[in-house]
Amino acid sequence: MRLDHCYSMTAHVIFSSELQKFTGVREATVQAEDYRSLVIEITDRYEGLSAADIEDMSVAINGEIIVEPMLEKIDHGSEVHFLYRIEGG
Amino acid sequence: MSEAQDFKYIGQRTIRPDGHDKVTGRANYAADLSLPGMIWGKILRSPHAHALINRIDTSKAEADPNVFAVMTHADIPNQTASGIRNILARDKVFYHGHAVAAVAAVSEAAAERALGLIEVDYSILKPVMNIDDATSNDSPILHDDLFTKGMPEEPKAPSNVASRNELSKGDIEAGFAEAEVVIEREFRTATVHQGYIEPHACTVRYDEDGHSMIWCSTQGHFAVRATTASMLNIEQTKLNVIASEIGGGFGGKLGVYLEPVALVLSKKSGRPVKMQMDRNEVFMASGPGSATRNWVKIGAKKDGTITAMEAKLCYEAGWAPGSSPLGPACMTVFTPYDVDNQYVEGYEVVVNKARCAAYRAPGAPQSEYACEMVINELADELGMDPIDLRLKNVAKEGTQTMYGPKLKAVGLVECLEAARDSAQYKTALKENQGRGVASGFWFNVGGESSVVINMNEDGTGTIVEGSPDIGGSRASMQMMAAEELQMPVEAFSAIIGDTQNLPYSNPTGGSRTTFATGMAVVEAAADVVSQLKERAAATWNITPEQVEWKDGKAFNTKGEGVLTAAEICGSAAKTGGHISGRGNISARGASPSFAVHLADIEVDPDTGKTTVVRYTAIQDAGKAIHPSYVEGQYQGGSAQGIGWALNEEYVYSSDGRLENPGFLDYRIPLASDLPMIETVIVEVPNSFHPFGVRGIGETGIIPPLAACGTAVSNAIGIRMSELPMSPPKILKAIQDAS
Repeated sequence: MRLDHCYSMTAHVIFSSELQKFTGVREATVQAEDYRSLVIEITDRYEGLSAADIEDMSVAINGEIIVEPMLEKIDHGSEVHFLYRIEGG
Repeated sequence: MSEAQDFKYIGQRTIRPDGHDKVTGRANYAADLSLPGMIWGKILRSPHAHALINRIDTSKAEADPNVFAVMTHADIPNQTASGIRNILARDKVFYHGHAVAAVAAVSEAAAERALGLIEVDYSILKPVMNIDDATSNDSPILHDDLFTKGMPEEPKAPSNVASRNELSKGDIEAGFAEAEVVIEREFRTATVHQGYIEPHACTVRYDEDGHSMIWCSTQGHFAVRATTASMLNIEQTKLNVIASEIGGGFGGKLGVYLEPVALVLSKKSGRPVKMQMDRNEVFMASGPGSATRNWVKIGAKKDGTITAMEAKLCYEAGWAPGSSPLGPACMTVFTPYDVDNQYVEGYEVVVNKARCAAYRAPGAPQSEYACEMVINELADELGMDPIDLRLKNVAKEGTQTMYGPKLKAVGLVECLEAARDSAQYKTALKENQGRGVASGFWFNVGGESSVVINMNEDGTGTIVEGSPDIGGSRASMQMMAAEELQMPVEAFSAIIGDTQNLPYSNPTGGSRTTFATGMAVVEAAADVVSQLKERAAATWNITPEQVEWKDGKAFNTKGEGVLTAAEICGSAAKTGGHISGRGNISARGASPSFAVHLADIEVDPDTGKTTVVRYTAIQDAGKAIHPSYVEGQYQGGSAQGIGWALNEEYVYSSDGRLENPGFLDYRIPLASDLPMIETVIVEVPNSFHPFGVRGIGETGIIPPLAACGTAVSNAIGIRMSELPMSPPKILKAIQDAS
């Protein structure tokens, strides 16, 4: 059960070019229960990447752009994209 | 929802609740409020596009007996607040019209005269007026502390290039290696204004006891409160912002210009203060939309399969870094196409123009213009119908976008097929006429919305929403409440709540309001239904589960008995107090809207004058709540895009002064300039919205640029690339070619 539990939290994260200067990679696999823990995980993993840098970006989880994702659950195989900020007119 | 539903009220063309007030002049806009003891504020603006401020002497203005208060940048309490240097310049002016000082006087004329008493000593600097100049080696640098963000290596010197963006998918080099036909071209678009009819205005009253008030024209009164409270170092609870009726915004009324200045003047004078920009000020100091220089290259096989798409986009930000919509521009440029290999590189550049503001689908019209023009040229080169070429490469459900997510169900195929089958597309053109077709994509967003539905004693309901009604949202909210409560639309009225009587709502923008605030209405209405059932149950001494709500009435399923909303609400005091439903949400599930437009344009070869002879706008609405408003949005977006394509541009002198700050010289299309714009509403429901709604306000401005640009090019047989394609430019192109 414990292995299943961990397995179910693996997300595929795709960084924008703006964040790639911190991460050095375009994509990464991250284990996290929810978006909040995902942010903690990647800011711990990549030196210089701060939560403030991420807050400037829009976020899409499994294709859906979510304005306030903090409490979003991360399912196994979820795709998390960091996008340039989208503002309408 | 995932499939079409049967609706009782949604989809009807009900009478506009704001129509009578607007056509009779009774609607209260920002400039319509006057208060006892009120004085007038005016702003002194820079005559220079780029200059150092050495000294500001306000002593003569302060001595004027008609003047109650004078202020400069130094009088703003919070000197570190975001955006403060656009409100009033600090030590440097960055554009012609930059605010430098302000006065409040007994009358508007007295305030205007007092501005002439303020002495400002400038050291004039060379202005930087376009992307080419800003990026040349010998260009003056606007900001000594601006180092380009997003570069592969940290820059060592300051630059006028504020940031670099990059997006890619697939292998762009391999994609072009596969191509049998390659088209590449550079395009330019001018600085444009949103062109709202109502100028920025506000009336404010500073209150020492913590009841300060702002009445203003805005797309987001909660944002006005946050910005102003921050600049004045006051708590948000001590400031109430009331959104007046709004006479257009299109993104240009998301920003804050006058309100903090007016409130400081009110505080200093002890009087209510009214401020209103004149039309010159609106053009000089608010908006505009970014000018751009964009290059696009597309490769395809001879059967029309596109193998690679590449773009380099340069967007002006105005003077303030971070103010351009470069990110969305990069993300939208190729989204209508399901092509494996795509690459885009974007640059934001600062120039000595007003800080750029959002303008309807910010960033997308310019970048998609470049792409769509090349697509049309590619179709010609391949000998293919431009709609067939688009259908062969069309984005659809499952398409991997370059910016990340895969598309859900979208309606671009349906829009293209509707365009192909339209009466206009089947009509032959006459001499000197050309036709253009173009697609458009915009994301749409959700966000925070707050709604309360207060049920009245007679069973009617008042919907209080936090989203200023800029495009007919009050009617849509009434209809969605009626649908959920199964009561007539006329049983509801809708108003915009003040910041002190509703929780926070995001501004009206991003095509979010009918979608997101509509979801909040549905939630609030469901809350009302739940309470109505509880009260009926209490009346009948049964459980709420034994009550059915149907056709706007409560039915006792355990016996005989029917109660109307009026009966339940009329006796609500006896069953627990009056009934009010709430919907405070952070909406998810916004889904994109695609559009396809057709333009037929006739060009007079002797004068270069263009006449739009026929125009059709086709767009996916998901579900049109009120079809007339949806059609109005399609037509409004088309009209603005046509103006952008054919006439509109800021014209600057060599020293950076704006030379056409008025509607006589900045020529937006009038009703008499345009044919009746035909519309087709495509409905591919958004499965994330209870009624299938997609935002529709913004996409409509995207396709006209390339539809018109291609139509003009085809009419004269010359590839045009620079917007606007105004008569002098067309005539010159014709003369150069001959």
